[in-house]
Amino acid sequence: MSAMVTAEGVHKSFGRLEVLKGISLEVQPGEVMCILGPSGSGKSTFLRCINHLEKINSGRLWVDGELVGYRQAGDKLYELRDSEVCSKRAEIGMVFQRFNLFPHMTALENVTSGPVCVRNVPKGDARKRGRELLDRVGLADKVDSYPSQLSGGQQQRVAIARALAMQPKLMLFDEPTSALDPELVGEVLDVMRQLAGEGMTMVVVTHEIGFAREVGDALVFMDGGVVVESGPPREVLANPRHERTQAFLSKVL
Amino acid sequence: MTAATGQEAAPAVRPDDIKAIPVRHPGRWIAAAVILVLAAEIVYSMATNPRFRWGIVGHYFFSSRILHGLVVTLELTAIAMVVGITLGVVLAVMRLSPNPLVSTASWFYIWLFRGTPVLVQLLFWEFISAIYPRIGFGVPFGGPIFVHGSANSVITPFVAAILGLGLNEAAYMAEIVRAGIISVDEGQSEAASALGMTRLQTLGRIVLPQAMRVIIPPTGNETISMLKTSSLVSVIAYSELLYSAQLIYSVNYDTIQLLIVASVWYLIVTSVLSFGQYYVERYFARGSSRMLPDTPAQRLVRNLKSIRPH
Repeated sequence: MSAMVTAEGVHKSFGRLEVLKGISLEVQPGEVMCILGPSGSGKSTFLRCINHLEKINSGRLWVDGELVGYRQAGDKLYELRDSEVCSKRAEIGMVFQRFNLFPHMTALENVTSGPVCVRNVPKGDARKRGRELLDRVGLADKVDSYPSQLSGGQQQRVAIARALAMQPKLMLFDEPTSALDPELVGEVLDVMRQLAGEGMTMVVVTHEIGFAREVGDALVFMDGGVVVESGPPREVLANPRHERTQAFLSKVL
Repeated sequence: MTAATGQEAAPAVRPDDIKAIPVRHPGRWIAAAVILVLAAEIVYSMATNPRFRWGIVGHYFFSSRILHGLVVTLELTAIAMVVGITLGVVLAVMRLSPNPLVSTASWFYIWLFRGTPVLVQLLFWEFISAIYPRIGFGVPFGGPIFVHGSANSVITPFVAAILGLGLNEAAYMAEIVRAGIISVDEGQSEAASALGMTRLQTLGRIVLPQAMRVIIPPTGNETISMLKTSSLVSVIAYSELLYSAQLIYSVNYDTIQLLIVASVWYLIVTSVLSFGQYYVERYFARGSSRMLPDTPAQRLVRNLKSIRPH
């Protein structure tokens, strides 16, 4: 059985600044992997490499057995065309720290924008499914609201519904609760917990230790562009072996 | 105080609304009086000065030649703006292209057309036949030509006017559209890419609709400006509104009266355009603010209410 995400020695630099210095890890189908680490450790960059929002400089990255951004023929790599990159991205859902909802569209239009525009799903079908998804994240009554009329937690739940509308095989969460007021964090984590329970493969960059411990199947601690420590969340959190992990956890716990 | 009981005090009877004597603003009343007196003086002098000869203004206001000129002016404005906006969007997208040659080409176009007066450009198109007496369409570098005609029959005064006004406008619109595109948060195109949208879909469905909020107000200005700039076309003897008025006063010497006729028409059309612009802005503001701004009618009602003494 092949992994959903496989990274082998992934390097990424922005100009002279090397952000990822050889990341290797595997995410199994149905698994929830949480990535922890101090800011600037490269967690978000790694996440953005998985759906090719950032191009990696060296190493290899596979999603569902296919190379990200390239096609291999013999020992040569060919860059994928824009349209191919787009259709692969469409199979990976992404949720951002700042929600990035489309402000000129209602909640329902946000959710249907992907299927209608990218997959050519008929509008009626997309709206029907969009309503179901908004219902699933507890926002059935906010269908016609614009993002500016919603709270942060509600916006993030619409964003999750928007990503789910593409029926992704993998969901990426980039600090989904970091921009939220403390009392709104719970409602977003609840939706994510429910999603994990349904068997969605998820890679979650987060500072929510409780969520990682409770929902995560695997935990990765990153610092300075490398994976410092990884393993089952309860173990890593209870008995961190590496001193950098210990130092980080003592500050956040 | 009875708060010492340690219990939350039950909500007491709500105190009366505050009724205070408003601050007086004598300065505002004086300013209003000065302006009213000045306005009355201007109106009085315009009404009583016999040299205005308002009768002649009224006589020509709806004359067929003036109305025809007005229609031509509206046509020119509309077509030149369509050319300007379309080409402007293309130039703005080219300007932001990752291909350096494409973005430089756009930069060069804007540099050239924004850097020379539109009056010069109009004259240039009018006299284009001096350098290219024949204009055709075919294989470049002297290859076979499929369609051709003399420049004077291809570049009629109308075509020269549209080229002069439209191509110049495109340079300005390109900068306006570019500013609009840049103003949209990068997270928006990122979210669109993450959904699998192509660059073109992202631009058309996500970025441009949001850029509209920034693009519309200056485009309205440009349209109003174009309405008046189109009067420059009179130099190539194309009978738009101003040239129609000039043709009439060159015969009867009622110069001021006909200039007033033209000016009043420009003002009327400008007013209609501003009114339309307001509602277009309102449409593109949806989702960006929780409360849409009042319509002029609502604002009038509010202002009238606020005048009432308290």
